[in-house]
Amino acid sequence: MVKNDVNFKLGGEAGQGVESSGMGFARAIARAGLHIFGVQDYMSRIRGGHNWYQVRVSERTLYAHEPKIQLLIAFDERTIEDHLHEIVEGGAIIYDESFKGVDEEAIKMRGVIPMPMPLIKIAEEVGGNKLMMNTAAVAAACGILEFDLSYPESVIRDNFGRRKGSEIAERNIRVAEAAFEEARRRYAHLFDWKLEPIPNAPKRMVINGNQALGFGALAAGCKFVASYPMTPASSLFEFMCAQSKRFGIITRQSEDEMSGILQCIGAAHAGVRAFACTSGGGFSLMAESLSLAGSTETPVVVVLAQRPGPATGLPTRTGQEDMLFALHAGHGEFPRAALAPGTIEQCFYEMARAFNIAEKYQMPVIVFTDNFLANSIRSIDLDAFDFRKVASEIDRGKLILPHENEKIEQALLDGYRRYEFVEDGISLRIPPGHPKAVYSVAGEEHLPEGFIDWEETIENRNRMVQKRMRKLEIAAQNDMRLPESYGHEDAEVTLVCWGSAYGPVREAVDTLNHNGLRANMLHFVDLHPLNWDQVADVLNNCRSWVTVESNFTGQLARWIRMNTGLKAHATIGKYDGRPLNPTYIVEHLQEVLAKV
Amino acid sequence: MATATVTMKELQSPVEPTWCPGCGDYGILNAVKRAMVQLGLRPHEVFFVSGIGCGSKLPDYIRANGFNSLHGRPVPIAQGFRLAHHDMVVIVVDGDGDNYGIGGNHWLHIMRRNINITHIVQNNMVYGLTKGQYAPTSMKGYVSTTSPEGTIEWPVNPIAIALAAGATFIARGFSGDPKHLADLIVKGIQHKGYALIDVFQPCVIFNRINTYDWFRERIYKLEEDPNYDPHDKAMAWEKAHEWGDRIPIGIFYINEELPTLEEQIPALAEKPLYQQEIPPRVEDLEALKMAFV
Repeated sequence: MVKNDVNFKLGGEAGQGVESSGMGFARAIARAGLHIFGVQDYMSRIRGGHNWYQVRVSERTLYAHEPKIQLLIAFDERTIEDHLHEIVEGGAIIYDESFKGVDEEAIKMRGVIPMPMPLIKIAEEVGGNKLMMNTAAVAAACGILEFDLSYPESVIRDNFGRRKGSEIAERNIRVAEAAFEEARRRYAHLFDWKLEPIPNAPKRMVINGNQALGFGALAAGCKFVASYPMTPASSLFEFMCAQSKRFGIITRQSEDEMSGILQCIGAAHAGVRAFACTSGGGFSLMAESLSLAGSTETPVVVVLAQRPGPATGLPTRTGQEDMLFALHAGHGEFPRAALAPGTIEQCFYEMARAFNIAEKYQMPVIVFTDNFLANSIRSIDLDAFDFRKVASEIDRGKLILPHENEKIEQALLDGYRRYEFVEDGISLRIPPGHPKAVYSVAGEEHLPEGFIDWEETIENRNRMVQKRMRKLEIAAQNDMRLPESYGHEDAEVTLVCWGSAYGPVREAVDTLNHNGLRANMLHFVDLHPLNWDQVADVLNNCRSWVTVESNFTGQLARWIRMNTGLKAHATIGKYDGRPLNPTYIVEHLQEVLAKV
Repeated sequence: MATATVTMKELQSPVEPTWCPGCGDYGILNAVKRAMVQLGLRPHEVFFVSGIGCGSKLPDYIRANGFNSLHGRPVPIAQGFRLAHHDMVVIVVDGDGDNYGIGGNHWLHIMRRNINITHIVQNNMVYGLTKGQYAPTSMKGYVSTTSPEGTIEWPVNPIAIALAAGATFIARGFSGDPKHLADLIVKGIQHKGYALIDVFQPCVIFNRINTYDWFRERIYKLEEDPNYDPHDKAMAWEKAHEWGDRIPIGIFYINEELPTLEEQIPALAEKPLYQQEIPPRVEDLEALKMAFV
């Protein structure tokens, strides 16, 4: 028997409740004190097609999903065809006994146990609704896993109880109980994997990257969000909209992505923390406005939730293809910062930090995520989001709001110049509204007062460019963080990665070390600006280093080479739109090491 | 809105305009200043957002807050600013290329939102700063460097589009009559909601057709017609299409019945967004966390 170490997948058509069932099941397991990691895969359609949700369960913290599964829960026949090859020997498939096309012999040939169940029949007879088949399927899974049904029941009550009245909740629970008993009676003795609650485990959240970013924005005092919906950023925007009333935030759905970032620039110019979120296509539209924010030194945050391109690409899948684009997007030269959180916890803290960097250095900040990080869920401890810490670290830089009369009186003995030339390049920022700080700013090259520089003098231009770019040096010195390492201190190979690759690479490193190859990980959250001399020192101390990224061209490897002159020994790329996973990395590392 | 005593001199910017002698933009600048004086608006109480073009240089030429932005993009900046600081008078000043060309989509959507912004569009029916190409408002047949045989497109009709899009204040002025224009701007600022003021503004260098004289021969004021009721949308629709020997200016349409965008946002009920305390209470964040357990 294998206890508390299982990987299962639910699959079906869009509209069958694959995601909600998978999410609900994962939450139930987390309530039992176990750790989960869940990843979803869906197509760009509202009904039909094929979607799946995969959940990995363990007693330890999980950072990634794995391709091999022990249990498949099939809401339709296609799920069995598509995923049979992923099931390990001794694994099982739960499906409705009415599915006519299931080839039981083929399943058995692979050493997998077919477990047909009267799911639809139970849903109709006990629940009075065929749609409750998904509840029956999850409960049947609990039956063979011998997992205490009270946990899923509590989730059902929370999901339905408040919204639609307890009647629907109770009917679902009766369906669950019937399916659970039937599955346990028929199949539990055939299935090796079991789930057992951990007594007295701490309460944990089950949360995805987008929600964590939203928590970060709330905790950092963001008050304004304007965006145009685009997968996979939409659920972050929706999170902020859902919280707008409770937290007094203005959320506006803009007519396009340009308007989204421009409204944020307007709000930030008024002294409000603001962000826009989008994916690569929308970010392309924002490029000109990003340059405006750079020129006018307006602190605005943009979340770039990547998906594979080019153009519409694979709209519901994942990739890390926009790093070099976003680091260079916008015409002309201007300062910006870029952060790429890799875990749910980092999503929370880095989002909050993005606002601090933006305001401290009065420049746009890009936060990179991707579909994998935005939508994958993890169980994390409640105290992993420390709101007091974030609050205590809020740093608005050289900002005085226009109603802070006393501070303005003290600061403005000598009149106000928005773009005053100062040592660190960061001028006093007083948003419009105070009689002593009346000024006009311009995206066009301007004078310290803010007026357009009509004379276009060489001296003013040079000083203004230097002033803006100086902020990057100061930020790199004072605020930006070097990549963090994980794994063996004396490694033969270092896997270098950024953003969402953190989880899969971390687990790959564990596996490699377990297998006897000394390996470690170097993970970049901060991509720009950086103290590259120090990064070079770190890399020069690596025996060999290989970048692992979800793209074709090895963008991190190129970015490092551009800034340090150092060349990666190899690059492991994945550009099929599916997330990186530890097995993929370990297998490909062996290939590339053979060539090095 | 404040009612302090403000003089034209207080509104004088240290920057000298770079406009050509005789440019229609002088009349607009003059009218804007007159409107601020009439309303007693002090420099720190007004925020001008402009696009790119000759007329969009206006924020530098008046003592007030300003933001000279990108071509076609002042509207969303003004909207974001206004929502963050809604006791500021926000005025967008841009051109026909900005608003009826590249920024057309922003314009279409700000009109249906009825945000309290006054929008002055300098409509010279030509591209001046880029030296003489045809504009979205150039008349059919207009000969320019990019339409050497005369443009084969029909011009944008700003008044009709604004009516269709749900703007609640629609007016047209003439920079050759700054007193009348100032009156329109005053009414536009006083209007509760979005106000469009399209302004005929002759470009003395590049537009040799639509000159001061060309306009003076044709324009007449709607308010001089005792039968004209700007609350009547059907009447406004008819006047919006009057073009040729007689061209109306003045207020085409007013609707004072609709709430503004700001009034419908609960977060703005007490004080401007920029004055609100951050971060939120830890207890509220902790409570939200529990929804994810």
